[in-house]
Amino acid sequence: MKIHAYPYNDFVIPFLIGTVLLFAIIIYKYIRWIKKFSPEQRKVIRSNWYSWKIFPAIWEMIREGLLHVRILKKNLLLGIMHQAYALGWFLLIVVGAIESRDAFYTMQHEQSIEAVHELQQQNGWHIYNTGQDKNPEYLNQRRYRVETEDGIARIHYHRPFYVGIFYRYFVHKAPASFRQHKAYSNLMDALLLYVFLGLTMAIIKIFWSKILGMRRTTKHTIIDRFSKFSLWMIFPMRLLAESITACLYGNGGFFTQAVGNLFDPMIVRGMETSVWMLYSLMLGVFFVTMPFTRYMHIFTELLLIYFRKIGVREETGKTGYTLFELNACSRCGVCISGCPIDRVLENHEIQSVYLIRSLRNQERGSRLKMIADNCLMCDRCTVDCPVGIDLSALRRQTRAKGAIDTTGNYVYLDKKQTPFNAIGRVAYFGGCMSHLTPGITESMERIFTAADQKYWYMDKLATICCGRPLQQQGFTAQAADLRRKNTDLIEKSGATMLVTSCPICYQSFKKEYNLNIPVVHHTEYIDMLIKQGRLKVRHDDRKVSYHDPCELGRGCGIYDEPRNVLSAVTNLQKTRYQREKSVCCGFNLGDTKLSIEQQTKIRNASLENLTSKPVDAIATACPMCKKAFQHATNDYPVRDIAEIVAENLIN
Amino acid sequence: MKKVAIIGAGPAGIEAASVLARNGIEVTLFEKSETPLKNIQDKAFLFPNFQAAQEIADDLSGKLLADGITTVFGVEITDLKWQGTEWKLIDSKEQTYVADAVLVATGYQVFDAHRKEELGYGIYKGVITSLDMEQMIKHGKILNANGDEPKRVTFLQCVGSRDEKSGNHYCSKICCVTAVKQAIEVRKQLPKCEASVFYMDLRMWGQGFEEMYRTAQEKYGVSFVRGRISEAAATFDGRVQLKSEDTLMGLPLKMTTDLLVLMVGMEASCGTKTLGQACGISGDYGFIKTVAPHLYDNDTGKPGLFAAGTCKRPMSIWDSVNDARAAAIAIKDYVDSLPQ
Repeated sequence: MKIHAYPYNDFVIPFLIGTVLLFAIIIYKYIRWIKKFSPEQRKVIRSNWYSWKIFPAIWEMIREGLLHVRILKKNLLLGIMHQAYALGWFLLIVVGAIESRDAFYTMQHEQSIEAVHELQQQNGWHIYNTGQDKNPEYLNQRRYRVETEDGIARIHYHRPFYVGIFYRYFVHKAPASFRQHKAYSNLMDALLLYVFLGLTMAIIKIFWSKILGMRRTTKHTIIDRFSKFSLWMIFPMRLLAESITACLYGNGGFFTQAVGNLFDPMIVRGMETSVWMLYSLMLGVFFVTMPFTRYMHIFTELLLIYFRKIGVREETGKTGYTLFELNACSRCGVCISGCPIDRVLENHEIQSVYLIRSLRNQERGSRLKMIADNCLMCDRCTVDCPVGIDLSALRRQTRAKGAIDTTGNYVYLDKKQTPFNAIGRVAYFGGCMSHLTPGITESMERIFTAADQKYWYMDKLATICCGRPLQQQGFTAQAADLRRKNTDLIEKSGATMLVTSCPICYQSFKKEYNLNIPVVHHTEYIDMLIKQGRLKVRHDDRKVSYHDPCELGRGCGIYDEPRNVLSAVTNLQKTRYQREKSVCCGFNLGDTKLSIEQQTKIRNASLENLTSKPVDAIATACPMCKKAFQHATNDYPVRDIAEIVAENLIN
Repeated sequence: MKKVAIIGAGPAGIEAASVLARNGIEVTLFEKSETPLKNIQDKAFLFPNFQAAQEIADDLSGKLLADGITTVFGVEITDLKWQGTEWKLIDSKEQTYVADAVLVATGYQVFDAHRKEELGYGIYKGVITSLDMEQMIKHGKILNANGDEPKRVTFLQCVGSRDEKSGNHYCSKICCVTAVKQAIEVRKQLPKCEASVFYMDLRMWGQGFEEMYRTAQEKYGVSFVRGRISEAAATFDGRVQLKSEDTLMGLPLKMTTDLLVLMVGMEASCGTKTLGQACGISGDYGFIKTVAPHLYDNDTGKPGLFAAGTCKRPMSIWDSVNDARAAAIAIKDYVDSLPQ
C-alpha cells in the first residue's frame, strides 16, 4: 500500500491559472517572433546557437538580467532597486524551491504517519492511498500502524512546483530531522527584506527620482500601472501571509516571525487562507498582465541577450529580432535623462522608451511619425540603455520611406566621377560637410604632405554623398545607390586605406559599406602617424576642451585617438559631459523636425559644457559640430583636430 | 555745473558731446582706443553721395576741440554703477569717474567672417570682407590673391545678418547699399573688371539708394544675382570657385571669381555687450535695449542712463548722428531737471 500526501489548497488556483496563461502566451509569442526572423538571422542562429558564444551569453544574462551591472554603474541606488527586484525575487524562487525540496526529502525519509496526519488536519493536505491493499477506512482511523509486505508504511510526498511559493503555509512544522529549517527561513526572510529594499527605492523614485540618478521617469499607461501595482502588492502580501502563519504556528524566520508576533492569534486565525489567497491572486494577476505590459521584458531580455550574443543584429527592415528588442524594453526610463531633447527642449514625448511603446502597441499615423522623426540620432540613449537595444536602428526602421519612388534621381551618379588609379595611395574622402569647412580639408592635405603620404582626394571636385544622411531619414534604397557608386570608385582605384574627415561618412563606410580596405577617421590616422613618428608636431601652451562628436564617439567608439592626438599637440582639458556622455551639438543630420532655435538651444547647452572651465579653444573632430559651435561664438576659436595638428606641424 | 559722461568716441558720441557742450554742459568723452572714429576711418567713400569718409571724420574730430569737452582716450569703461544721485564709471583698471548722466555710444563691430567657414575667409586669399574692399578702394589698389588686377569681383550679401544659423536674424541695413556703392567703385577704378552681387533681396531704403542701384546696373553694368553662395573653394590658379543657386532662374550655378567680397553685417561691439550686461540694459543680440521705439528711444529705463547710435541696432552714419542729437536733448532735459 502507498500513502500519497499532496499539498493543495484552493488558494493556489489564481497562481496556477496565471502561470499557465503566462507561459502559454509567451511561448506562443516567442514562436511567432522566431518565425519572423530573416533568412540571414536564421543562418546566424543556425550556425551559432550551440557554439561557445553561449557562455558569454549566459554570463551577460546573469550580469544584466539579475545583477544589473550597467545600471549599478550608472547609479548605485537605481541599480540596487533593479537588482533587488530581479535577483531578490529570483533567489526567493530558487531558495524556496531548494528549501521545499530539502524539507520534503526529510519528510520522505522520516516516513512519519503522525506528520502526515498533522499535515492533513492543519494544512489541508490531500492524503490518499493507492496500491493493492486499498483501504478507504484507513485514513479515518486514528491508528497509524500500516501493514505492507515489508511491514513499513510507504508514504509518498508529492511536491507540486508551487510548493516553494507557498511553503510556509504547506509546512507549518518542519520535520524534526530537518535541522536547517531555521537557517532556511532566516535566509528567505533576508531575501524578502532585500526585495523590500527595492520596493522602498521604487517608492522613493516616485517622489524623488533625482537621487536615483533619474532626472525624469517614464510616464506609464494605465495597464502598466495596474500591472506594477499587482507586482508591488505581491511582496507585502507574502509578508502578511507568512507572518500570520508564523504567528499561528511559529515557523517564521527573524523577520516574518517578528511581524507575526505583533498579531493576536485569535484575530488572525480566520484570516490565514484569505491572505494566502490574496498573495496568490496578486501573483496570478501579475502573471496574466505580464505579457501585455512592460514586464514582458523579464524573459524577453534574456532571449534578446542570447540572440545578440550569438551574433544576430537589427536589419534595415523589421524582423523577428526587432520584436524581441521591442519587448525587451522594460520602460525603465533610463534613456530619458540623457536625451538633449528632453533636458534642453523640455519635450518629454519622443524619447526611445515612448518610440518603443508606440511600436509595440502597433501605433500608426502622425503621432508615431512625430516621435520617430524628432530625434537627433545622437545615440545618447543607446549607450545608457541597460538592455542594449539598438535604439537608432529601431528609429531608422520606423522612418523607412520605402514607398517613395525616386527612380532616375541618381542616374547622374555614373557620369559624375570616373574611376581613378590610386594604387598604393591613401584615399581621402572629405565628405559634403567638410567642403563647408575648408579649414579641415586644407589641413588634412597639409598633413598628408608633411607625412610624405601620397593620397587621392577622391571627392575634391565632385562629391558623391556617403549615403548616411539618406539612410538616417529612411531613404534606404536611395542610400544604397550612393553606396554602390562609392564602393565601385574605391575598389577600382586600388587605394590601400580610406581616410575620412567626417564622422558621419566614417560610420557609413565602416558599418554600412563592405569595403575591402581599412577605413579610418582622420583622428585615428593622425594618431597613427604621430605614433609611427611620421608626423613631427610641437606642443603648444593652449588649453583646449574636446567635444566628442556623436557619430565618432558613441557611434564608432572612437574616444581615445582624438585625445591622444590633442594631448600630443596641446593641453587637453576635461569636461563634465565627455566621452559617452557628450552632449550633441544639435546640428547633426538626424533630426528634421527641430527648428533652428531649438537646435541653437541644444548647441548652447553643449557649448556651455565645453567652456565651463576657461579654455583657449574648442576642439572637435566633425565638420557639423565645428560649424555649429563656430556659428555660435566669437569668444572661442573652434578648431578641428586636423587644424590644430596642422598649426603645430614642424617642417 | 552738471557733468555728463559719454562712452565711445564714434560719430554718435562726438556729436552728442558737441551738442551738450554747446549747451553749457561739461562732457567727458571716454574712448577705449587711443584715437577716435576708428570705424569710420576704415571706409573710403560713403553712400549715397560718395563723399570721402575722411572729410566726415575730420569734421567730427574738429568738434572735439570745443570748450567743455574733455577727452579720455585709451580707457575702457567696463562697468557703471548708480549711486543714488549720480553714476560711477569704472574702467578696466578699476579707476572710477563720476557723472550726473551717462550716454552709452559704444557702437558696433563687424561680423567675424571666419564664423562662416564655408565661404573660406581666412583660408582662401581671394576671399575678403567688405572692410578689406574699402581699404583697397581707398588706396586705389584692388588686387586679386596673386597681386594682379582682378577680372571679376563678386559681392555676397547678408554674411552674418539675416542668417539664422549664425544666430543673427536681423538685417544689418547698410550692407545692401554698401555693396552697390563698392561695385560702382570697382567698375570706376577697373573698367575691365566684371562686378556681380549675390543678394537675398536688395533693401534700398534710403534717399537716393534706389537711384544708385539703377545707376549701378545701367551705367556701370553691375550684375545682380538673387541667390546665396553655399560654398567657396580655391582653384589651382588662386581664384575662388563658388557654388550657388540663381533662385530667379531656378538653376544651380558654379562660377569662378578673382575676389569674393563678403558683405559682413553689424553686431553689437564687445563694449556694448559688456556694458549692456553690466547695467542690465542688454537686449536682443547684445544690442542695448531702449524703453520704447517711438518717443523714448534714447532712454534705457535707468535714471540718467542713455544710449545712442549703433549700440542700439545697425544704423548708417547719419542715423547715428541724428540719434546722438536726439540723445543730447534728452540728456539736457534730464540734467536740467536735477536739483541744482
